[in-house]
Amino acid sequence: MIRVNDLSKSFNGKTVLENISVSFDTGKTNLIIGQSGSGKTVLLKSIVGLHEVDKGEIWFEDVLFNKLPFSEKKLIRSEIGMLFQGSALFDSLTVEQNVSFPLDMFTTMTHEEITDRVNFCLNRVNILNANKLFPSELSGGMKKRVAIARAIALNPKYLFCDEPNSGLDPITAILIDELIQELTHEYSMTTIINTHDMNSVMEIGEKIIFISKGAKCWEGDKNEILNSDCEPLNDFVFANSLAKKLRSGGIK
Amino acid sequence: MIKFLTQAGKYFLLLKKVFSKPEKPSVYYKQTLREFVFLGLNSAGIIAIISFFMGAVITLQTAYNTENPIYPKYLIGLGTRDSMILEFSSTISALILAGKVGSNIASEIGTMRVTEQIDALEIMGVNSASYLILPKLIATLLFNPILTLLAITVGIGGGWIAGTSAGVISSESYIYGIQYAFIPYYITYSLIKTVFFAFIITSVSAFQGYFVEGGSLEVGRASTKAVVYSSILILLFNVILTQLLLS
Repeated sequence: MIRVNDLSKSFNGKTVLENISVSFDTGKTNLIIGQSGSGKTVLLKSIVGLHEVDKGEIWFEDVLFNKLPFSEKKLIRSEIGMLFQGSALFDSLTVEQNVSFPLDMFTTMTHEEITDRVNFCLNRVNILNANKLFPSELSGGMKKRVAIARAIALNPKYLFCDEPNSGLDPITAILIDELIQELTHEYSMTTIINTHDMNSVMEIGEKIIFISKGAKCWEGDKNEILNSDCEPLNDFVFANSLAKKLRSGGIK
Repeated sequence: MIKFLTQAGKYFLLLKKVFSKPEKPSVYYKQTLREFVFLGLNSAGIIAIISFFMGAVITLQTAYNTENPIYPKYLIGLGTRDSMILEFSSTISALILAGKVGSNIASEIGTMRVTEQIDALEIMGVNSASYLILPKLIATLLFNPILTLLAITVGIGGGWIAGTSAGVISSESYIYGIQYAFIPYYITYSLIKTVFFAFIITSVSAFQGYFVEGGSLEVGRASTKAVVYSSILILLFNVILTQLLLS
């Protein structure tokens, strides 16, 4: 479990997150949703320690992560896998080198063991016969899959996904969402996903936190989200014309 | 002034991170070998070409400016040798490398920053500054002296070919000139300068790339800044080192 208590963050005097308190459950896909610019990515990056927070506490189980020295933070980070919005694959490395990178760096596995693990992870995300390709030779969906394979290479306890299906077509986006949910259940990870995609919310939203203007406005699951009385959340959920018609009963 | 001090502080803090203990030396070793090729070996061609023509021009200019019979012809070879060793092989080569290697380093690291590849390294628990910059520093500190020796050799050779081809000096006089009153310390002086310049080029360019914020436009600006600041520092340290080492 990851817990965030009273977290605030500002940039150059501008408050981006204000007094956010939330917990993320183990073995569930926890979604942070909100409009672009609402502070989702800053919250995610603050939790993993890429941003220093102004105040507040970030707990990984019973460890107060944001107060740890750099050397001890590294131990927690070795249990974190992260999928970035643009995949963030290393351009100069092939697909298999990207996936083997954390294994080379942090394990004492032999070359054969690393190769086996890389192939297992790539098979798990349905990337076949692409080991020697470079990221520039992959499609957007394949890049995301390889990034997921790299993120799970070290069997992480925590998986963070920043807009995992941005830039993907709806079918590929659903496949990526399903893959993340399967992996979450399979390895009992604490998964936190940033998204503004309502398809993702309705597909995999086991726990949902809605953020608006840097503050937490609502918390629930995909079954509760359509019946919320939170006005900013309703504006967000029913933003497109199809959802508006469905809500008003215009479509039967 | 405050901005300058802030930047200087950030630069030295980055260096502290760069020189911290590597997570896994074998991975850094492989990365260093890769940088030997990318930053060192791949620069040998341009250094050889430029040195050849610099040596040729120095020889011809010296010849046309010392036509007075009072001056012995072998002085042309001596002038080419000392010019190449003292200044051209180290300083001019460093300025060229600041353009080629410096912009390469700044744009590579800057692109990794804006595409979140550096964040990905940090999330994994890798000291990104050390992993990205230390192998480049080691590679350039070890390889640039080899490039300097190459520049000296090719430059003097270029002078010989140009001088004898143009008929301004005989082969015997030129070879006598490059052997005449040779001071081995000049080579040491040149290599010391090269090591300092290599450090400046790599660390300043990496600093510019590492702290890029924004997109491709900012990466381009960082790359330009890397070349400009490296060049200015090379010229500044050229004066300081010359005073310290030759006075």
